[in-house]
Amino acid sequence: MNRSRSAMIFAWALLAPAILYVLIIVAWPLVETFRLSFTDASLRKVTNYVGWRNYGRIFNDTFLTVIGRTFVWTFFSVLLKMIIGMCGAVLLNAAVPGRNLFRILTMPPWIVPMAIGIFMWGWMYNGQFGMISGLLQRFGLVDGPVAFLAYGSTAFWATIVTDVWIGVPMVTIYFLAAMQAIPKDLYEAAWTDGASRWTRFRRITLPLMSPAIITMSMLSLIATFNSFDIIWILTRGGPSGETTTMIIDTYQTAIGSKKYGEGAARAVVICIFLSLFCIAYFRITRRLHATEKA
Amino acid sequence: MAIFRNDDTPMIDRYRWWEIVLIYLGIFAFLFFLLSPFIEGFLVSLKPLSQLFSSPYTFWPENGSFAAYTNLWKTVPGFARYIFNSFLISTIATSIVLLLVVPASYAFARFHFRGMGLVLAAFLAVSMFSGAVLLIPLFRLMRTLGLLNTYWAMIVPGAAFLIPSAIWLLRTYMMRIPAELNEAAYMDGASQFYTFRRVILPIAMPGIIVVAIVTFIGAYSQQFIFALTFNSKTEYMPLPIGLYAFFGKQDVVWNELMAASFVGILPALVLIFFLQRYLVGGLTAGAVKQ
Repeated sequence: MNRSRSAMIFAWALLAPAILYVLIIVAWPLVETFRLSFTDASLRKVTNYVGWRNYGRIFNDTFLTVIGRTFVWTFFSVLLKMIIGMCGAVLLNAAVPGRNLFRILTMPPWIVPMAIGIFMWGWMYNGQFGMISGLLQRFGLVDGPVAFLAYGSTAFWATIVTDVWIGVPMVTIYFLAAMQAIPKDLYEAAWTDGASRWTRFRRITLPLMSPAIITMSMLSLIATFNSFDIIWILTRGGPSGETTTMIIDTYQTAIGSKKYGEGAARAVVICIFLSLFCIAYFRITRRLHATEKA
Repeated sequence: MAIFRNDDTPMIDRYRWWEIVLIYLGIFAFLFFLLSPFIEGFLVSLKPLSQLFSSPYTFWPENGSFAAYTNLWKTVPGFARYIFNSFLISTIATSIVLLLVVPASYAFARFHFRGMGLVLAAFLAVSMFSGAVLLIPLFRLMRTLGLLNTYWAMIVPGAAFLIPSAIWLLRTYMMRIPAELNEAAYMDGASQFYTFRRVILPIAMPGIIVVAIVTFIGAYSQQFIFALTFNSKTEYMPLPIGLYAFFGKQDVVWNELMAASFVGILPALVLIFFLQRYLVGGLTAGAVKQ
């Protein structure tokens, strides 16, 4: 009894510094965001409570458009990451010479400082002199230069492509690890029965990887929803707000226009969506664990 | 064909020639997507500006040179300082994360008291909120503490968001250390702290090193939003922000910007090359259930 009591004190003592740090840097700001969202905090010294006024002010057509756009942006980005990541994992799992080298070569977009990778995309999208526009013109696919970041529709997809580019390596490596955890004898048994490569993929790989696919899509969904650097560096939410997602919108309100109260209200809406994703994630993973044990 | 299989290659791993062609085509397309910005960026850094700003587009540099790599030290005056700052910020952030995460992971791996599961879930939930969402209170907190425009304004919030994945990784590693070691140490009369210090830590060292590397890479690659918002002093700027100012100018000197980017990513690329064996294992450990 005495032993386990001292063990308990020791365990919590080990946890205390980390808990304290996260309380101060993450939990308290989270609570503070909620409090500020009911105030008119700004650069002025005095701050008054204004009730629901900030929320009443932000819920208009523009904000709803931003929410809708954020979901569309996130959806396509996550979908493309999953598809390309799965293709990459299948290819890198093939027993061909050089695959170890190829696996290393997938890592740079993930490991390299994010902002620097985005600068490079900034050049690639350059209309007059950039590579993509240049090659498209060379091959006669477009008539004149295409300035990808200058038009809403192309800028929207350009930022998605860059986000996918940064996200794919992690998804690929994760899927590859999950693929290698599938017992080899399953494939051998199916192969003996004459199942084709495609059938083996459809009937063995995909079903057994579904927990990994679901987990990764949820994690990727949360990370993508929070994406800031790519859009900020490439377009700052422009042209005329066509790439403004909720994070960019909050940043512009809070840090750009110094309207802390209103910015906090926008951040609270993001937090609500994130909490919903978070709850969904915990529920799904718990169910996955339950079915695996059964 | 012979080069693609030996007699001991399992039948299931043997491919027909067109399958091999398809696989390699697929791999090359995949890698082209992932690496083309680097290839293009490197070629741009070799091209003289006159060739860069000319139509039609040319892929290969004509009379390419490494001139941009020497000129950039003059055009970006703080360049060496930015790289130093990036390293300093990442190193201190990594140290803070390790100091907090090593004891915490051990507690999560070895002890199971009421409430600890909830605390673990709370830690993991931290990674769901990006710094961008909490920026306003963090800004006010940094201002109150007088940390705005110091290194700490970038280190302290940055470290908090590196904690969840570090805990997850190290906890998974420490769970593989047999509990019998603890029992044996207790039998010999060792205290809890002594056991942790002298028995567990030495065994966990390889795992701690992997976590340190992964955390450092994370800290090095994600220096943007806090540095953009909480610091306006040029002498403290990390590389991405230093170059961002350069990137935002009306006339971007692209070849030098790309040269600077390559010098900036070199440390990361060297790390990947030397540590890839640990990295792939480390980054995915705990990701897949054993």
